[in-house]
Amino acid sequence: MTRARSIITTRLVLIAGAIGLVELLCRLGIIKPLTMIAPSQMAFELARMIASGEIAAPAAYTFMEVGTAFAISVVAGAALGALVHAQPRLRRALDPVLASWYAVPFFVFYPLLVALFGLNALPLIAIGVIFAAPAMMLSTLTGLDRVPRVMRKVARVHRLSRVQEVRLITLPSAAPHLFTGLKLAFAYSFIGIIAGEFILSGGGLGYGIAYAYESFENRKMYALMLFVLLIATGVNGALHVWDGRLARRRGRT
Amino acid sequence: MRPLSIGDEQIAHATLRGVTRVYPGVTPVHALGPLDLDLARGEFFSVVGPSGCGKSTLLDVLAGLSPPTAGKISFEGKPVVGEVPDGIGVVFQEDASFPWLTVRDNVAFGLRRAGAEPAEIARRVAYAIGFMGLDDFAEAYPAQLSGGMRQRVCIARTLVLQPRLILLDEPFGALDQQTRLLMGDELLRLWRETGSTILLITHALDEAALLSDRVGVMSARPGRFIDLVSTGWERDRDSRIASDPGFGAITARLWAALRPESMKAMGRTAS
Repeated sequence: MTRARSIITTRLVLIAGAIGLVELLCRLGIIKPLTMIAPSQMAFELARMIASGEIAAPAAYTFMEVGTAFAISVVAGAALGALVHAQPRLRRALDPVLASWYAVPFFVFYPLLVALFGLNALPLIAIGVIFAAPAMMLSTLTGLDRVPRVMRKVARVHRLSRVQEVRLITLPSAAPHLFTGLKLAFAYSFIGIIAGEFILSGGGLGYGIAYAYESFENRKMYALMLFVLLIATGVNGALHVWDGRLARRRGRT
Repeated sequence: MRPLSIGDEQIAHATLRGVTRVYPGVTPVHALGPLDLDLARGEFFSVVGPSGCGKSTLLDVLAGLSPPTAGKISFEGKPVVGEVPDGIGVVFQEDASFPWLTVRDNVAFGLRRAGAEPAEIARRVAYAIGFMGLDDFAEAYPAQLSGGMRQRVCIARTLVLQPRLILLDEPFGALDQQTRLLMGDELLRLWRETGSTILLITHALDEAALLSDRVGVMSARPGRFIDLVSTGWERDRDSRIASDPGFGAITARLWAALRPESMKAMGRTAS
C-alpha cells in the first residue's frame, strides 16, 4: 500500500469510526433523540426528502445564491486584485482594510442591503460576495506577486502583446494561487449565504434548518444539515483533488 | 575610450555607440556607460565585471528590453528601439522555464507564437530537444528536472527559434562547477553548429576564458569596457582547453584587469 493510500485509508477509518460512535451513542440512548438523531436516521430522512422532492426548492434557491455570489466574487475579486496589483499606491492604501476585512461582522449591514436591493435573494448574494470577493482578491494579489519578474522579460523576448502575456504567461504562472482563491471564494460564499439564510432569509437550506429547529423537526433539521455538509465537503473535496493534480504536475506537494 | 571595434562597423553584427543607462529616481543611478562595442558576426563574446557594474543592464539594453538613456544600438544594421528585434534570443540566469508546460511544449512555445506550421514545429522542437540531450524528458515537467536540465530547456526554447544573436545572462550561475563545464561544452557545440553570435554575461573568469573568442572586462559602476582580451582559441574547442598553458595566462590577464575594479566595487583601495 502506498503512503498516500495509507493516509486516505486512515482518514476514512477515523471518519467511519466517529460516525459509528455517534450512531452507537444515539442507539444506546446516551445521546437523547431530542438532542441528536442517529446518523443513519439522518441519511434515511435525507434520502426521503430527496425522493419526495421536498429538498429541491430550498436547495435550488441556495445553489442559485451561492453560484451567483461565487461567480461575482471570482470575477470581481480577480479584477480588483489585478487592478490593485497594478497600482502600488492604491494597494498601500488598501492594505490595512484588507488585513482587517474579516474582523467586521458584515451581517449587521443586512438592513442596509435590504433597503438597497429589496427583500429578495440579492441582499444575501451581496453578503456572499462581501465574504468571498476579498479572498479571491487577496489570492489574485498573491498570485501576481509570485509571477517571477523574469517571466515578464520572457514575454518581451517572445514579443507577446499585453493580452497574450496575461493569457499565456501571467495567468498560468499565478494559477496555483488563483485556484486557492477559487476554493476560498466557494467556501466563503457558501458559509456567508447559509449563515445569512439561517438568520435573515425566508428561503433556502439555511432557512430550512432554522425553521426545522424552531419547529422541533429534528429529523428534517439534521437531514438538511447533513445535506449541507455533504455539498460543502463534496465540492471542496473535488476542488482539492483537482488542485492536487495540478500541483503534482507543477512539482508542488 | 576608443570603441572596442573589430574595425569595420559594416560587418559588425550588433553595435553599441555611446550607450549609457541611468536609472531615474530621487538619486539617479548611473549604471552603464558611455560604452561602445561591435560584435562580429559569429563571434563568442563574453563580458566579465564586478558585481553591480551593469553587465545585466548591458544585456537588457542590447536586447531591447530596456531603453538606453543615451547612445545608439543596432542589430544587423537596424536600430534596436522599444522591442526585442527578430533574430535575438535571450537566456536568463533565473529559471525561466514554464512550470505548467512539458519540456516539449516549453520548447515549442516561441514557434507556436510565431505561427509556424505544426510539422515544422515538431521537426524543430525534436531537433532542439535532441540537441540539448533532453530526449528522455520531452514529456516531463520542469519540476521533475534538475536546475541544469531546466536551463537546457530554456536554451532549447531559444535555440529552436534559430536566433542569429544569442544573449546569455549568467545562464549557469546557479549550477555547480562540473555542470557548468559540461553546459559550457554544450554551448560551444551549439555556437559551432548554428553559427550564431553569442554574448555571454558571466562572473566566472574561467568560464569566460574557456568559452570566448573575446572577453570584455568592465569597470565598477558605471560599467565601461576597460580591457578587451582576445583568447585566440580554435573554433573547435571544449572545456579540455583548461589544460592549455594559455588558459592560465588569459585568466590571469582578466583578473589583473578586474581586481582593482572589484576592490573598488567593494569600497576598498587596490594595493
